Amino acid sequence: MNIEGKKIIWKEYQKEIADDDFFYVRSCVRQSFFPGSETTFLKILRETLGKNISEHPFHTTCTGIGYHSDIVPFETTMTVIARQFALMTESGYHNYVPSCITSFGMYLEVLETWHHFPEVEKKVRELLKEATGKEFEKPKNLVHASDIIYKFRKEIAEKGKYRLINRFTGEPLRIVEHIGCHYAKMFPCKGIGGAEYPHVLIGMIEDWGGEVIDYPERRHCCGFGFRQYVVKANRGYSIACSQKKFESMKPYRPEAILTNCPGCPFFFDRWQYALSEMEGVTYGEDGQGIPVLTYEELAGIVLGYDPWDLGLQTHQVPVEPLLDKIGILYDPEKKYLGKNGEYLGKPAMPANLKFCH
Amino acid sequence: MGRLYDLLNQDVRFGEGLKACINCGTCTAICPAAEFYNYDPRILATTLQSRDEEQIEALLKSDFIWYCGECMSCKTRCPRGNVPGLLISVVRSLSQDLGYFVESEKGRQQLAIKRTIGEWILKHGYCLYPQEIELESHPEQGPVWGWITDNLKEVLGRFEAHYQEEGPGILRKIPQESLDELKRIFDVTGGTERFEKLEEFSRKKAEEMGKEFSPGQKSEYYLHVYNFNSNKHGKNEH
Repeated sequence: MNIEGKKIIWKEYQKEIADDDFFYVRSCVRQSFFPGSETTFLKILRETLGKNISEHPFHTTCTGIGYHSDIVPFETTMTVIARQFALMTESGYHNYVPSCITSFGMYLEVLETWHHFPEVEKKVRELLKEATGKEFEKPKNLVHASDIIYKFRKEIAEKGKYRLINRFTGEPLRIVEHIGCHYAKMFPCKGIGGAEYPHVLIGMIEDWGGEVIDYPERRHCCGFGFRQYVVKANRGYSIACSQKKFESMKPYRPEAILTNCPGCPFFFDRWQYALSEMEGVTYGEDGQGIPVLTYEELAGIVLGYDPWDLGLQTHQVPVEPLLDKIGILYDPEKKYLGKNGEYLGKPAMPANLKFCH
Repeated sequence: MGRLYDLLNQDVRFGEGLKACINCGTCTAICPAAEFYNYDPRILATTLQSRDEEQIEALLKSDFIWYCGECMSCKTRCPRGNVPGLLISVVRSLSQDLGYFVESEKGRQQLAIKRTIGEWILKHGYCLYPQEIELESHPEQGPVWGWITDNLKEVLGRFEAHYQEEGPGILRKIPQESLDELKRIFDVTGGTERFEKLEEFSRKKAEEMGKEFSPGQKSEYYLHVYNFNSNKHGKNEH
C-alpha cells in the first residue's frame, strides 16, 4: 500500500489537538487513587513543555459513575456538563481537557446529542440558566489529557533522562497497553487511531524506547462496569474481566501495563492483589505482579522525576522491579514519607504477592 | 403502539441506540457481560424492537437489564449502528421511574448506588471520596489503601493536593456555592426526583420483604441489596 493510500484510510482517525491554552478538568477516580498522576501531568505541561493550562476550583464531578450506573438522569448529567463548560467560558478558555476517560466519553456523547438534537441543547441551556444563572460556549477543542502527552511525546523523549530499555539485557521493555473503553469505542473517530488500532499509548511506548506487546484480549474491558464494581455483590464481574486479561497477557511476559483511563490502572493494580490473596496466583516474574502505570507516571519516569513524587508508592503492585530494569535511582527510605518528610509507617505485607518495602 | 414503548421512545437516546437489529449476535460475541452473566444484548434489541408490551414490561422488571457494564464495546462492533449499551441506560431509567427496578435482585441494588455514589456527588462534589471508601466494604483495595487512608492528608499532601482545603487542586473542598448549584441542577432536571423515587420504591419493597429500612448504609435492607448474591445470574444458573 502506498503512503498516500494509508493517509486517506487513516484520515478519519486523526484529530486536532490544540497546541496550548488548555482548561483542565480533574477525575474523581484519578484524584482518589493515583493523585500523583494529575500533579505530574500539570508539571510536565507547565515546566517541561512550557504550556499554559488552567483549572477552576469550582468544577465538580461530571456525574460519570452515577450516569453510567443509571442513578443520574441524562438531562441532569447534560446540565452538569454544561456548567463545566460555563466555567471554561468564564475563564476565557476554549480547549477543554478532561483527565477522566469516562468524562471524555460523556462530553463527546453530550456534544453529539446536541449536534443531532439542537432542541435538547436549547433546553439544557435553559435549565442551566434557571439553576445557576450561567451561560456557556461549547469547547472548540475537546481532547483527553493522554492525547496531549501523545502530541508532545517526542519532545518528552528528547528532554527525557531515561529510555524504556532493560539495562540488563539492552532490549526494549515489553509493555502492554490498555485503552479505556470510552476513549474510542463509542466514537472511534474521536480517538487517535480509532477503536481498533488506537495509537495514543503505542506512540508513547515506542517513542520512549519500549516495545508494544500484543495479546488476544487486548481490547477487552478492564471490568469496571460501573454498577458491577460499585456494588459488592457484583464484583465477581469486575475481577473476572481483569483476570481474563491477565491470563491472556501472561504468556507474552509483559513487564508493565500502561493505561490512559483512571479506572483501569486501579482495577489492574488491585485485582492482581486480590487474585493473589484469593487464589495464590501472580502474573509477573517470580511471584511479582505486573506493574501498572498511568501514562502520566510513565512520562514522569522517562523525564527522571522522583518515583515517590509520581505517587508510585500508592500502587499495591510494586513498581520497583521496573524502575530497577530501567536503571532509575530512587531512595527506598523516602517511599513512606509524608509531605513534611515525616515517616508514616509501612503498609502490611500481602500474603502472596511479592512486595517492596 | 404500546405505552411502555412510547415512554422509551421519548428518550432521545432510544432512537439513536436502536435502528434495525438484524440479530447477527456480533454484540453478544464481544460483550463482557454476556460472558459472565446470563445476558445477551441481542435479545435486548430484539425484545425492544418487537414493541411487545408484555415482553417489555417483563424486561423492565428483570435482572437481565442490570447485567450490562456499559463498556460500550457493542457500539464499535454493531454493523447496523445499534447501541445495546445505550438502550440499557434508557430501559434502566424507565424501570426506576416506574418503580419496576425493585422487582429484581440486581435492580434493588440501585438504592445502594444512590446512597453511595449519588449522595457523595451532592455532599462532596465527587463521585468518589477517599474517606468514604472503607477497607471493610472494599477488601480488594489491599493494605496500601489502608496505609493511604490512615495517613490521608500527609500522603495526599506529598502530591500538592488541597484535600479538604479551598482553591484548585487534587481533592480540594468544593465550595458550598458550587454544591448548591449542583443541587439546584438536580432539582430542575429530574435528578432529585430520581433519587426520591429510588428511596420511596425501595422503602415499600423493604416493608414487603420484612427488612428494616432507614437512611445511611447500615440498615438491614441496604446491607442486603449491597451484599446479597443469589448466584442465579450465571450462564448455567438460571
